[in-house]
Amino acid sequence: MAGSSLMETLFQRTLDDLIKALRLQLLGESAFISKAMDEIRREIKSTDPQTKSTALQKLSYLSSLHGIDMNWAAFHVVEVMSASRFAQKKIGYLAASQSFHEATPVLLLITNQLRKDLTSTNEFEVSLALDCLSRIATIDLARDLTPEIFTLLSSTKPFVRKKAISVVLRVFGKFPDAVRVCFKRLVENLDSSDPRILSAVVGVFCELTSQDPRSYLPLAPEFYRILADSKNNWVLIKVLKIFKNLAPLEPRLARKIVEPITEHMRRTDAKSLMFECIRTVVTSLSDFESAVKLAVERTREFLVDDDPNLKYLGLHALSILVPKHSWAVLENKEVVIKSLSDVDPNVKLESLRLVMAMVYDNNVAEICRVLVNIAIKSDPEFCNEILGSILATCGENVYEIVIDFDWYVSLLGEMSRIPHCQKGGEIETQLIDIGMRVKDARPTLVMVGRDLLIDPALLGNPFMHRILSAAAWVSGEYVQFSGKPFELLEALLQPRCNLLPLSVRAVYVQSAFKVLVFCLNSYIQEQYVESSSYVDTLIENDSESISARECQDASNLHEQVEEFNSRETLSRVQTCTSASLEDNGSSIGSIAELLNFIQFSLGPLTWSHDVELLERSRNLLNFIELIRIQIPDGLNQKDGSSEMELAEISKIVELILDAFSDDFGPISVNAQERVPIPEGLIFKENLDDLEMICSDTQLPESSFSFGSSLYEERLDSSLLSQQSQQVSEPSNATTSLLSEHRKRHGLYYLPSDKTDDASNDYPPANELKLQDHLDDDAAHLVKLAERSLALKKKSTSAKPRPVVVRLDEGDELPVMRKKPQSKDEQLSDAIRNVLVGSDVMPTSSQTNQSSKPSSRRKGKEKQNADNPSESKENLGDVEEQSNTVDTSSRRTHRRHGKEGKQSSHEKRSEKKDQVHKKGKRMSSQQHSRHKAKQSGDASFPVASQTVIPDFLL
Amino acid sequence: MIRAVIVMNTQGKPRFAKFYDFQPVEKQQELIRSVHGVLCSRAENVSNFVEAESIFGPDSRVVYKHFATLYFVFVFNSSENELAMLDLIQVFVETLDKCFKNVCELDLVFNYTKMHSILDEIISGGQVLETSSAEVVKAVEEISKLETASNSINFVSKTVSGWRG
Repeated sequence: MAGSSLMETLFQRTLDDLIKALRLQLLGESAFISKAMDEIRREIKSTDPQTKSTALQKLSYLSSLHGIDMNWAAFHVVEVMSASRFAQKKIGYLAASQSFHEATPVLLLITNQLRKDLTSTNEFEVSLALDCLSRIATIDLARDLTPEIFTLLSSTKPFVRKKAISVVLRVFGKFPDAVRVCFKRLVENLDSSDPRILSAVVGVFCELTSQDPRSYLPLAPEFYRILADSKNNWVLIKVLKIFKNLAPLEPRLARKIVEPITEHMRRTDAKSLMFECIRTVVTSLSDFESAVKLAVERTREFLVDDDPNLKYLGLHALSILVPKHSWAVLENKEVVIKSLSDVDPNVKLESLRLVMAMVYDNNVAEICRVLVNIAIKSDPEFCNEILGSILATCGENVYEIVIDFDWYVSLLGEMSRIPHCQKGGEIETQLIDIGMRVKDARPTLVMVGRDLLIDPALLGNPFMHRILSAAAWVSGEYVQFSGKPFELLEALLQPRCNLLPLSVRAVYVQSAFKVLVFCLNSYIQEQYVESSSYVDTLIENDSESISARECQDASNLHEQVEEFNSRETLSRVQTCTSASLEDNGSSIGSIAELLNFIQFSLGPLTWSHDVELLERSRNLLNFIELIRIQIPDGLNQKDGSSEMELAEISKIVELILDAFSDDFGPISVNAQERVPIPEGLIFKENLDDLEMICSDTQLPESSFSFGSSLYEERLDSSLLSQQSQQVSEPSNATTSLLSEHRKRHGLYYLPSDKTDDASNDYPPANELKLQDHLDDDAAHLVKLAERSLALKKKSTSAKPRPVVVRLDEGDELPVMRKKPQSKDEQLSDAIRNVLVGSDVMPTSSQTNQSSKPSSRRKGKEKQNADNPSESKENLGDVEEQSNTVDTSSRRTHRRHGKEGKQSSHEKRSEKKDQVHKKGKRMSSQQHSRHKAKQSGDASFPVASQTVIPDFLL
Repeated sequence: MIRAVIVMNTQGKPRFAKFYDFQPVEKQQELIRSVHGVLCSRAENVSNFVEAESIFGPDSRVVYKHFATLYFVFVFNSSENELAMLDLIQVFVETLDKCFKNVCELDLVFNYTKMHSILDEIISGGQVLETSSAEVVKAVEEISKLETASNSINFVSKTVSGWRG
């Protein structure tokens, strides 16, 4: 046994050997590592500590740099940590800090080992334990080791003390009660003369204040002293960061610190400190004119520096200034614009952000022009960055800054033609959105859409497809603004359209439908005018019609020419209703031709595999058939009956036109939520059933899936059930025995012996039907809401800017209210208690040194006994506070005040529940602290006012 | 605080990585890969900052420095000063240079544990503790002395115990 362990040791590969072998291996890395892992797994079980620790060292190397899991070795890590030799212990600690986390079960085992090492006389052992603790401390570890850390906070060795200070941060975060014990000592370290200690403690406070600045206001005098006295840049930077968080809370404090900060700005030549000063001034002291002026002056030095880092930071500082001091940016306009074509992507991005922040409604056009020009010239990535930010800025808050929508829509068209443009999705959304919201922009939209549609070159660019889809939709929906609907139809049905994805083609076909109906309608309208005004139409028409019919059979080329003629005609029909007789005649021919053209180009689509495309093209073709029946050869039978037939056609056309005429409006984001779920409808139950059925019966062919696509929802439920039956039949045969057996146990299965009628009750089909119904309901409701809203808006606005339909709520995604982070709250409450209720402090800290648990209980009792009635009152206070918060949030939910109220109530009660649960889950001592916390909350504002004035005034 | 320190070569092979908030190993590898993806696309003579919120989540910044074949990357949050972090990278590299005499990539490859000792003296729990490379070198030397001392004792004692058992 002993011999084997010695052999193991002698022949074990060290970490160095492993690394060398890994570099020379020929097996391939993963094969080599898995071999090495086998070795490690064997060695790590060794009883010899040296072998074991070397194996662990190799494991943690492989874990860190090659991503090998080492959770399995957690217990071995604990064993190595407890080795008596420093070198081995160090390996153990390194492995622990690398691999242990909250869920590691063996964490409970290391408390004593850590305690032993924290109290060791060897400062390096203490340091190992502290380093490790700063990474892995959990609530239990933090609680159990607080006394030891408290002792170390006043260690005479700076080497240990600074590490203890940095551990405090993690301990406070995990176990806020530690504040009672350690906080005073931590604050005492602020007086330390050792710069390393000072730097560590200021660092900890910097981190703490960034989470909850208000609690640390009472310490402002200490920080101020450091700000004024310290010569250490590291310390000064951290103190400045602290003040950056504190100053906005207390105007008197801000006034006080301006002087020393400007002094530092004048004196220092350390760029890091300089930048921190600038940042502090521009973020938190932007009301102090002279300080801001100086900061901007220094920023300019950064901007013109050759170092790209400084330039970047300078731009960053300017961007913080924009909202309050836009003059600062204007002063440096040239640098900013020049930076847009810098080599450094960061600089470019930062200056782009800066430019976008300067955009207002009066300069948006010029700035966008400049940016688009730059975008055309720059690399694809930055180009899209520019386009993205233009889209985002202009689209912000429902196109708030856009006044001239004709300009903006043309800009969108121009942007989509930029070769690198990959913002198809965004442009698509905005094109459609503007169409729906801004009535006045529709003519331009259709024009821009037309320009995009008729360009065959664009069809080949996959990034364009979504834009084209929007263009097609817009031109179909608002075809009445189009000058040349024939041309549109031609564009929508051009042969190169087969380059488009099917979903976009479906939009194309639907738009073609709309355009066709529009053409027919305007033709009919005009016919009525004609027939009433001219009696001698017939003869002329006859001759015209013959020629038109010839054209039908004629070659493609001929068709094109004719088409061209007809286009002319229709456009004239549009503009002047009293068109000439000849034009009218050719228009009849052209309508017939149009129908032919559509039939010709949509013919192949009737075999499409895409349901949507298939259905839409069939719709369109069937419609054409319908028209043709009414005018089998409408051109021949003009005599006498023409008027009657025209009436027939016009009936159909009007019907369809009606279907298309409803205006689409914007839809609120939370429209779906507003639809109440019908009683007795439980989605989940059905789906569960479905799952059970599917998994149990194992359909022989899984080709049919129930929820496969959205389109299927629209299929007739009868069709669906038919299909499902088809599928179920074979399984019925194969699993009939099984189903018999299961039925006896009262379960419901797919292949049942029920009749055909009964299978209509089959859950999935039923469910889909309901879903469909629900959707309809939702759409209806939304439409209603939209209409009433649109009317209201219209009556109020009479500005030069076109009306932009805008929903009060739901236009922007609802911002989730941040859930209170209970840990942070606990921490800040604890700190407030310590800083404010200083009478509790000394007793607890003194006694804690000797025996901690008892003292803690004492402190708690004291607080409990303090004043029970007061704590009750404060509870009311807190509730009131939350009430006020809710009212402010309710303002945004004005329209649905009732719901909002309700939800806020729920939220509050939820919050309370959470607190309650927490209280229950944690030990009783924490529950009591929870009460104390509320008293702290209420009493704090008074206290902070009492603490600060003696320093400030 | 500092959230991670990563050293990798220009091919993206990690040479050293330390995360101050726990990350599962797969996540660590993924993060390193994405950082490398960003770094290798950057030209020389550009700024040392990388926008990395998409990689490391909100409130995270990244600075890096490129030395010969190596990238030194520090990830931190808004409680640290960007330029100070650049200085800290300088301190780290200087210290490595002092410990290894003209440090090169190979030194880092073979001195994985020593790098941990060095960095642990500079940063602990994400807090900057020491910015003077001389102090760090002093501490690290003492630690390695302690290590070798404990090892030599251990070697004798183990051999003895081994024969005895």
